[in-house]
Amino acid sequence: MSTPILSLANVSKRFVKPLDASERIANLLGAHREPQIVRAVDRVDLTIMPGEVVGLVGESGCGKSTLGRIVAGIQDPSEGVVAFKGQDIARMNKAERRQANLAVQMVFQDPMGSLNPRMKVLDIVGEAPVVHGIIPTQQKERYVSDLLGRVGLDASAMRRYPHQFSGGQRARIGIARALAVNPTMLVCDEATAALDVSIQAQIINLFVELREEFGLTYLFVSHDLGVVAHVADRVAVMYLGRIVELGSTEAMFASPNHPYTQALLSEVPQLEPKKRKFSALNSEIPSPLRPPPGCSFHTRCPHAFARCETDRPAMQEVGPGRLSACHLNDR
Amino acid sequence: MSAVLEVSDLAVTFGTRDGLLKAVDGVSFSVSRGEVLGLVGESGSGKSITGLAIMGLIDAPGRIARGSVKFEGQELIGKNENTLRSLRGRRMAMIFQDPMSTLNPVLRIDTQMIETIRAHEKVSEKAARARARDALAKVGIPSPDERLLAYPHQFSGGMRQRVAIAIALLHGPSLIIADEPTTALDVTIQAQILSEVQTLAAETGTALVWITHDLSVVASLADRVAVMYAGRLVEEGQVADVLTQPLHPYTKGLIESVPSRNRRGSPLAQIPGMTPSLACLPEGCAFRPRCSRATEICLEAPGLTQHVGGRRVRCFHPSSNLGGGA
Ligand SMILES: Nc1ncnc2c1ncn2[C@@H]1O[C@H](COP(=O)(O)OP(=O)(O)O)[C@@H](O)[C@H]1O
Ligand SMILES: Nc1ncnc2c1ncn2[C@@H]1O[C@H](COP(=O)(O)OP(=O)(O)O)[C@@H](O)[C@H]1O
Ligand code: SF4
Ligand code: SF4
Ligand SMILES: [Mg+2]
Ligand SMILES: [Mg+2]
Repeated sequence: MSTPILSLANVSKRFVKPLDASERIANLLGAHREPQIVRAVDRVDLTIMPGEVVGLVGESGCGKSTLGRIVAGIQDPSEGVVAFKGQDIARMNKAERRQANLAVQMVFQDPMGSLNPRMKVLDIVGEAPVVHGIIPTQQKERYVSDLLGRVGLDASAMRRYPHQFSGGQRARIGIARALAVNPTMLVCDEATAALDVSIQAQIINLFVELREEFGLTYLFVSHDLGVVAHVADRVAVMYLGRIVELGSTEAMFASPNHPYTQALLSEVPQLEPKKRKFSALNSEIPSPLRPPPGCSFHTRCPHAFARCETDRPAMQEVGPGRLSACHLNDR
Repeated sequence: MSAVLEVSDLAVTFGTRDGLLKAVDGVSFSVSRGEVLGLVGESGSGKSITGLAIMGLIDAPGRIARGSVKFEGQELIGKNENTLRSLRGRRMAMIFQDPMSTLNPVLRIDTQMIETIRAHEKVSEKAARARARDALAKVGIPSPDERLLAYPHQFSGGMRQRVAIAIALLHGPSLIIADEPTTALDVTIQAQILSEVQTLAAETGTALVWITHDLSVVASLADRVAVMYAGRLVEEGQVADVLTQPLHPYTKGLIESVPSRNRRGSPLAQIPGMTPSLACLPEGCAFRPRCSRATEICLEAPGLTQHVGGRRVRCFHPSSNLGGGA
């Protein structure tokens, strides 16, 4: 077996949510409010093989972006091991760490927010490869022009500023910038969420082409199950910081194992025109500040039983290459 | 079924530095009691402006240039602001993508709802409170008595949108225009809200115009769909007909570009190019530069033609697997 390009073992990320004004005032009056801890990512294991597209889905606030940033090396985990090509990045020397960080690039949802408005596209795309010695300065223009062509933009785009482009074109600039440092893996965080469907289709097609052309590996984070189903080989379903089900897209969409996955899939509006009754999960995701004990889904799960309120279910194999964390599988 | 809303030849223009923009140009449709019309199109196609124009909420530099909006048989264009305001609170309501555009952040929910009720009806505070509580319960807000005492910021986005919907429903309006109210929400929350709205429309006979860019929401919610492109209605018909056999090349392109697992990994059909700017619309059919069926005749502006099954399409070369039309 080949080495995973990236693996996470028991990775957690905690954030401290500072007290707000009213809580600080309450403390002055003698209350004992403490800053709260958000477990944005809670003991996650995930292995991504070279050339794979892994989709990451879940409701907002469940920790997808945080997990994406950990994979891209933008954030360090509070606990656990992140390994790039089998090597623990926490034990790498500076040069190795830089290589690993360059190899995994992130593409964001809001290209406007992530592109410096005062920089021309030439510099937005061309700066990093020069700084990192991937190309000499004299070659910058040719290099950027090639890359722009590769993502479907005219070379003349390099003389312009981000605000002079449409949303779809800015998404392409963001992709060109990520590709500029020769990454082996892209983490796409809601990369098409802000785009109109017809433009989204163009960008998704571009991701698929680039995958073939450069042999790229993807972690594709999206709240849109249709998009993930279209691009991903495997899907990881996240709930309140944990991965609760993992498996091939085909198998998971055909027969979801975890009750949360089942609920999520049943809520996706389909294009088939039939007025249907939505089967609605009848409550909202609990606050990550106070995740329910045991199985964190038990407050919304139609199948919950006594054990679910106390024991955290472990991920276990429920089929070839399929894992799910639900006590029903022991029954 | 009688039409609650009849829009004909509605046009809204904006005076800008680039000249006069036709944000909405000759839009016509009607909605009957208990019917859900999905109004779809990509950003900038004129959906919100159409909704605002119906409600009489177009502000300068925008202007209703022509057309008619008949609500329960009554012409609204040209009505004074007082009449419109009184209709808006009671007989027709609008729900926005951002619920905070309806909610006041510094007032408790009960204060806001009771005020809304008593602005239009002479009822006791106690009766108004009971109505407010029932309205919250109806849109699926748990422990409504307790939630009435909360402020908007104490609700999640999905709950806030429910409150906005509950407020829209307070007077049992005969028309609701909803502008992308679930776009910012998770699918699970969206499904809950769609399910409740569906039930309410069916129970109360409220006519609903649901504005969205998401065809799959239309597929699951609407009876009929109207598709807009560059300020014009390009296709209209029963949802089942339009989604399975689109007549207009733009509708067809939109449907095919929706990703799903059915065509996993294969390239999605894409509509080439991008939406034109209203400031420089191409001559003739606005879709022409992106259209694979375009011919010379498309340099003229196509009219909206009738087809079998009560369908309408604005195209010289509609898909020909159906009879009728040109
Ligand atoms: N920098 C941060 N500081 C404090 N809390 C954070 C920070 N980043 C994320 N969180 C919290 O972590 C949780 C997961 O957030 P995120 O990873 O953005 O979720 P998702 O992308 O699935 O919406 C949320 O509760 C969020 O409020
Ligand atoms: N205040 C305004 N001034 C000038 N143009 C406007 C204004 N508001 C809207 N428009 C124009 O009207 C068109 C339609 O807008 P809108 O109805 O909001 O589109 P949609 O809701 O379909 O995304 C847009 O192309 C926009 O350029
Ligand atoms: S462990 Fe229990 S609560 Fe959790 S998903 Fe399974 S049945 Fe539901
Ligand atoms: S009128 Fe012509 S250009 Fe316009 S959509 Fe029809 S075929 Fe295409
Ligand atoms: Mg996110
Ligand atoms: Mg709009």
